[in-house]
Amino acid sequence: MLDVNGIWKTFNPGTPNQKTALRGLSLHLNEGDFVTVIGGNGAGKSTMLNAVAGVFPVDAGTITIDGVDVTSLAEHKRAKYIGRVFQDPMTGTAATMQIDENLALAKRRGESRTLRRGITRAERDEYHELLKILDLGLEDRLTAKVGLLSGGQRQALTLLMATLVRPKLLLLDEHTAALDPKTAAKVLDATERIVNRDGLTTLMITHNMRDALAHGNRLVMMNDGNVIFDASGEEKKKLTIQDLIDKFSDSGSAVNDSAVLS
Amino acid sequence: MDFITTLLNSMPGAAAQGLIWGIMAIGVYITYRILDVADLTVDGSLCTGGAVCVVMILNGSPVWLALVMAFIAGLLAGLMTGVFHTLCGIPAILAGILTQLALYSINLRIMGYGTGTGKNNLPISVDKYDLLLSSRFVRTLGLDNPLIVCVAFVVVIIAVLYWFFGTELGSSLRATGANQNMSRAQGINTGVTKVLGLMLSNGFVALAGALLAQYQGFADINMGRGAIVIGLAAVIIGEVIFSKIFRSFALKLLAAVLGAIIYYIVIQIVLRLGLNTDDLKLLTALIVALFLAIPFWKGRYFQKKIKTADSAENQVGGSGNA
Repeated sequence: MLDVNGIWKTFNPGTPNQKTALRGLSLHLNEGDFVTVIGGNGAGKSTMLNAVAGVFPVDAGTITIDGVDVTSLAEHKRAKYIGRVFQDPMTGTAATMQIDENLALAKRRGESRTLRRGITRAERDEYHELLKILDLGLEDRLTAKVGLLSGGQRQALTLLMATLVRPKLLLLDEHTAALDPKTAAKVLDATERIVNRDGLTTLMITHNMRDALAHGNRLVMMNDGNVIFDASGEEKKKLTIQDLIDKFSDSGSAVNDSAVLS
Repeated sequence: MDFITTLLNSMPGAAAQGLIWGIMAIGVYITYRILDVADLTVDGSLCTGGAVCVVMILNGSPVWLALVMAFIAGLLAGLMTGVFHTLCGIPAILAGILTQLALYSINLRIMGYGTGTGKNNLPISVDKYDLLLSSRFVRTLGLDNPLIVCVAFVVVIIAVLYWFFGTELGSSLRATGANQNMSRAQGINTGVTKVLGLMLSNGFVALAGALLAQYQGFADINMGRGAIVIGLAAVIIGEVIFSKIFRSFALKLLAAVLGAIIYYIVIQIVLRLGLNTDDLKLLTALIVALFLAIPFWKGRYFQKKIKTADSAENQVGGSGNA
């Protein structure tokens, strides 16, 4: 489904701030894989996700989604294949627009925008039903401005928007990191349900080792712009937090305190 | 008594000017409020619209065609700024200033059409040409009263924009102004939507310029000087006064038009009170600065004590992002 082949990315080349975030990274995802990605700060997790999403061009290597080479495709064109939820709850939704209008924008992902109605009555009924999945009471607030929602509600809405049109690939960039533990659990729960319901190929970055072990069928650990550990199936099920900490130590990177405590 | 009479006598003129500048303010609303860009192109494109309209009518074109061409000239001015901004990566404000400067030369050339050189003023007489509106009839009762023409334009433009911003394309434009990252993630080409918004905006500004040139009986190279400030004044005055009661999009556009009318009525009053016209721009700048500052001061020094559960919750959610 996703083929990342030897990608390199250096930010601010030729300046004192030069930083090589990805060093020939390769990753292959099978159809239906739910991969959790862990790694210390600066390991290149978010850079990898943004490279796949097309936020910036990569310096070398190729990215293929479902057989289509998207390496040089602009971000908005790649959106046809990709659903995204960001770390910052403010990034995924338009605050000054209504809940139903946000969903209607997502409903048209991958299509050209014409002079047809931006949202139809039939859609509103559909959204009313879909919002019930989130169990946040949003279904009765369709015409409320998204800016009035809490961070957790906005993340849940973004998740729904990312999966409204079935994406070939779902990218979750620490999408619960900015939420309180209770809300984070709720959003993660909704994530699990939607991914399972649609059998979505998913890449989920998390700082929380427990979440990384509890979710998905495969776990990838990154360090210094590359994958250093990759476990799937039975091997992943047997993993413990201690195993992961050991792996971290082996890689020579300092274990992130918050990751251990959580 | 005499003061009141002359003031009342000047009111129809103020209202007509307000309505024409209200159309211009609608253009500013599209960029400033919907796209979240302060576009300075309008200082040039207002004159471009007036110049194109007058030159075409002088050369025998019917008024409706002159208005359409003025609108198209505005679209092109917006396109230029849009290309500077998106394809060349120039910040929006600077892109607007560059186009505005370029338009100064272009406007001179347009008004000098056929003479081989530039011209900075081009009169057109309502006696010789069949104009759509003229300040001469501002106090007559009848269909040639410019107030009626202007109200008709305002109603049609608001209706068209209300429809447009409800379409898929219009929604993607609003989304671009609200959140560019989200828009791109949802497959919206934000470069295209920004160019489109800048074009639409300047199209309406140029149309207002075309109406203004007919109304005052001439196009002038300086007619757009400070237009952005007057447009912003209209938008902001409209918001400050009507934001509590005008909620729907159509009414928000109407608020900008009403803001322009109020602006011109206030200007008339201070002029009648003896203000020198030379000091008008200074006064305008100060008024706009004041109205821009009011929302800021309100939020800073007069924090409302009542907080809804929603807004409090939102702040908690918002503070969590590093």
